Amino acid sequence: MAVVEIRTPLTKKDRKKLKAGDHVRISGIIYTARDAAHKRMIEALEKGLPLPMDFTDEIIYYVGPCPAKPGEIIGSAGPTTSGRMDTYTPELLDRGLAGMIGKGNRSERVINSMVSNDAVYFACVGGAGALLQDCIKSVEIIAYEDLGTEAIRKIEVKDFPAIVVIDTKGTNLYETERKKFTNKLWI
Amino acid sequence: MRKIGVLQIVDHVAEMCIEANTFLSDDMMEGLRRARQLEESENGKEILETMLSNFEVAKNKNIPICQDTGMVVMFVTFGQDLIIEGGSLEEALQAGVAKGYEEGYLRKSVVADPFIRTNTGNNTPAVIHYQVVPGDGLKIKILPKGFGSENTSALKMLKPADGMAGVKEFVLQTVETGSPNACAPIVVGVGVGGTMEKAAIMAKEALSRPLGEHNPLEHIEALEEYLLEASNALGIGPMGLGGINTVLGVNVEVFPTHIAGLPVAVNITCYVNRHVEREL
Repeated sequence: MAVVEIRTPLTKKDRKKLKAGDHVRISGIIYTARDAAHKRMIEALEKGLPLPMDFTDEIIYYVGPCPAKPGEIIGSAGPTTSGRMDTYTPELLDRGLAGMIGKGNRSERVINSMVSNDAVYFACVGGAGALLQDCIKSVEIIAYEDLGTEAIRKIEVKDFPAIVVIDTKGTNLYETERKKFTNKLWI
Repeated sequence: MRKIGVLQIVDHVAEMCIEANTFLSDDMMEGLRRARQLEESENGKEILETMLSNFEVAKNKNIPICQDTGMVVMFVTFGQDLIIEGGSLEEALQAGVAKGYEEGYLRKSVVADPFIRTNTGNNTPAVIHYQVVPGDGLKIKILPKGFGSENTSALKMLKPADGMAGVKEFVLQTVETGSPNACAPIVVGVGVGGTMEKAAIMAKEALSRPLGEHNPLEHIEALEEYLLEASNALGIGPMGLGGINTVLGVNVEVFPTHIAGLPVAVNITCYVNRHVEREL
């Protein structure tokens, strides 16, 4: 299977080249955020306050890592279910967010917003926290430290494995692949 | 009369929490290897391969398989002749969870109040189910439950007229909606009968049954086999990206129920189906 190497930040031009089904290896800086950090960012926007960072062309990884063991920089760090962030995601896409890494399907509203903003959604293997931890080369908390595992972290990854599941045209691998393996005799 | 000190219980529980989160049981490993051999989808094969490599990394580095080290569920079977020395059993079990999650560098994922949502900082409280039995034994079963899959679980109070067909339909519906988010291939625990909470508790405990073992009742074994095959015909596959391995096992438990009712609970767990059991 061909593997596409990509580097962050990810410009619109680079995003448009990615197709649903592409296996990618991501290198560069990405940002972690999940439920509580998203809630806080959207509340800040509602109050007219700035976001803790500029997300233009950046990628958010939905993860709440384990604590680092002595000698390590981070603990196990696999993806969490993306659907819980659906309420918040379009606001961030409208502010330039290039893509998200997580697992599981997205709402129609998120997919529509992805198409109008040329954004990409990547999935990586859920539960593979130990393996993905190995791809993380540096970690720095940049906002909401009080949220612990849910704080926003700037992390540098090298050859982080993921699959493009929804591309800038809205093609959705969750729908296209399943059909190929559905056994109609049973259903 | 046999006596057990609370400190001994604390240490055992702490060790079990770490063990459950770091090593997967042989039955689950075997099930995933078999799935890898049988899988037809290219995405599915690669995903299953990644899952298997991840277990090796976790074991070698001695770190959790998955960052969601769960909310701890315990099934405690307590012999009525046993004496607990030096404190309360409940406090010892909770202290063991706190110790295990701290010393094992496991993620603390529990918030104190479902609305205020402040982290308790030590992954307690665990949800503990007790059963009192004759004798002086103490058996502790620990299931750290991840919430990617817990969130896809469901319960329904069916009518007796819905019968077997109604149960099948509800389970398959829950699997179909849930498995892409629940880190398939999943294991499905089903509790049928009893009352609302009894069905849910049976569904949870059913997850800890070794993969490949069936309910001894003939009609329930047939139901398990049907649900397994029908689920895998959905085509959802590993991580929802297509394939013939959506479900690794369906474990159904039943209990007497009311003339007016047919409660059904479906508890889903991801392929990192963690469960450890010890007799103290």
